[in-house]
Amino acid sequence: MSEATHPDYLECLLKSWQAKPAEPLSWLNQLRAQAIDRVSTQKLPTKRDEEWRFTDISPLARLPYRPSQPDPNLHIQDIQHLFLDEVKNRLVFVDGHFSRQLSVITNPDFTIGNLPELLSTHASVLESHLGQYARFDNNVFTALNTAFLRDGAVIIAPKNTAVAEPIHVLFIATQSEVTHYPRCLLIGESGSRVTLIEDYAALGKAAYITNTITEISLAANAHAQHIRLQRESTQAFHLANCAVSLAHASNYQSISIALGSRISRYNLDVRLTDEAAECVVDGLAVISDHQLADTHTCIDHSKPNGTSHQQHKCIADDTAHAVFNGKIIVRPHAQRTNSSQSSRNLLLSKTAQVDTKPQLEIFADDVKCSHGATVGQLDQEEIFYLRSRGLSEKAARNLLTYAFGAEIISRIPVTSLRQQLEQAVLDQTQSNSL
Amino acid sequence: MIIENSPTILSVQGLRASINGTEILKGIDLTVKSGEIHAIMGLNGSGKSTFAKVLAGHSAYEVTGGTIQFEGENLLELPPEERARAGLFLAFQYPIEIPGVANTQFLRLAYNTVQAQRGKEELDPLEFDDFVREKMKLLEMKPDFLDRSVNEGFSGGEKKRNEILQMALLEPKLSILDETDSGLDIDALKIVANGVNRITHKDNATILVTHYQRLLDYIVPDFVHVMQAGRIVMTGGKELALELETRGYDWISANKQQAMAGVRA
Repeated sequence: MSEATHPDYLECLLKSWQAKPAEPLSWLNQLRAQAIDRVSTQKLPTKRDEEWRFTDISPLARLPYRPSQPDPNLHIQDIQHLFLDEVKNRLVFVDGHFSRQLSVITNPDFTIGNLPELLSTHASVLESHLGQYARFDNNVFTALNTAFLRDGAVIIAPKNTAVAEPIHVLFIATQSEVTHYPRCLLIGESGSRVTLIEDYAALGKAAYITNTITEISLAANAHAQHIRLQRESTQAFHLANCAVSLAHASNYQSISIALGSRISRYNLDVRLTDEAAECVVDGLAVISDHQLADTHTCIDHSKPNGTSHQQHKCIADDTAHAVFNGKIIVRPHAQRTNSSQSSRNLLLSKTAQVDTKPQLEIFADDVKCSHGATVGQLDQEEIFYLRSRGLSEKAARNLLTYAFGAEIISRIPVTSLRQQLEQAVLDQTQSNSL
Repeated sequence: MIIENSPTILSVQGLRASINGTEILKGIDLTVKSGEIHAIMGLNGSGKSTFAKVLAGHSAYEVTGGTIQFEGENLLELPPEERARAGLFLAFQYPIEIPGVANTQFLRLAYNTVQAQRGKEELDPLEFDDFVREKMKLLEMKPDFLDRSVNEGFSGGEKKRNEILQMALLEPKLSILDETDSGLDIDALKIVANGVNRITHKDNATILVTHYQRLLDYIVPDFVHVMQAGRIVMTGGKELALELETRGYDWISANKQQAMAGVRA
């Protein structure tokens, strides 16, 4: 991509921003103004940037898609197949815009809703969290999302409240050649417990851009399970930043599954800001054809007795390209940190590609850290084992491919979602020409 | 059991096989008839496991000579899955772990595949569940085996029991148990042996590949074969295993060298 196209691209986006009305809250206007300032001084990343060296997003710069407009014509039956049995609270956003009629909010024990509504009732809480974790200083996509910030899912789990059923935040894309700026904010107050399913889905095969931000703040002893599902159109571009802040003895469990998009990039930053915080970060990308799925994670230990465990897997077929960059930082005060990271990758064709880069940066001496990466094909001994039980070679390969991914999916605590995903991976496994 | 005029299930003649250009099997002859239990014994490196894998059709081994007839059919023409469907079963020395696939899912897939090949009825998950639980009783297996991933995190004994469970489900004509006794404590060995004994009958046959007599205390063989350097060098009855237990394998080598020296003289 030539440098010359960048200003044009960002300029087009900024023009559409200027038409937006100001919010009544001055801090929010200020946040947006700062973000817009950052956009105007930055460039789109290229492969010359270390953090983007494997991911060429130049096709994106040819598509200065307009911000999407609300489309009220979607009916519940159009999206029912995406619903999950266990869910009692569901927020639905269509092309980035909140849809009240498609959403269901039943639980009075905690606060859940769309950002503009909650700005009037929970302004001070939102002010102290919104935009505080996903920093846009060096990230043009975060800056853009913040500049265009309007709708967004907000979940506030009050102190010592446990929400038994998962909360489903469903972002549905329907329009072609538009950009959405979804936003999601989860605030877990001390001792709370919540399961969030963040789900990006498409109803067609359109080309569009999703530029999304999720911020999660867990106070002392709070627990959150965060299941993130990216099943966008295979023509779409998905750019996502998720920032998580963990206080004393809080516990964050993340499972992210990437199945869709032409090009997807997921940045996950988890900061263990106080003692004894714990996180488990698992990921799976299953891609084929010309898809590119890039996952960048950073788990940052800054206080003692923290724990982090990470397993990331990629399955790439055809000419697909998977990227995983997992950084673990253990800062000088983070003594007795226990951290492990594993990156396992399965290439199903000779033209599929994976770039994996586990990184450990350890500045404390009393720590237990391990990491490892493998890139391979299906194991011939495993195939033989299954064939010796009567399975054809193709069935054996399919089962092993499915199993490779299902190991991550099996950790999802929501049965209906797990079944949907197992079926999706099984279908994808069996549709390829192994 | 040795039965008069019993049909031949397996006939191996002059079998030679190599891996990466190195010849391991150097001319094996073996006939197994319905109802019989054969033990193949020998030191490490004698070719026992290679023979088991060649019978099951492992692609790493190249068959360079000889024939294998399985119920009158040329086994060497069949890929591993067709050998399994025809009724040949190998219980692995080191069963493979498959994280992500529930044991019940795998067992049902294997069972239904073989059933379909035999023109028999396939079972849906509920029917299969009843069926497999009954078979699990043979091996004193806990129900949670079904929900766990195939062999993942199983102890050595659990893996071997899982192999015999598969054997019980697939009802093979010929079972080859490759060092099924290795890694088993005495209680697990008894359970596994008891399971095998209850599965074997006059219409099937078993080949036990083992180092030691102790498995043969529980599964009594009709024939004991000693393998050395890729050949069966001695065949006897169950008492041969006891003799090997007390005398080791060296005397066989000495006998063989003497015999070879006599030939040369």
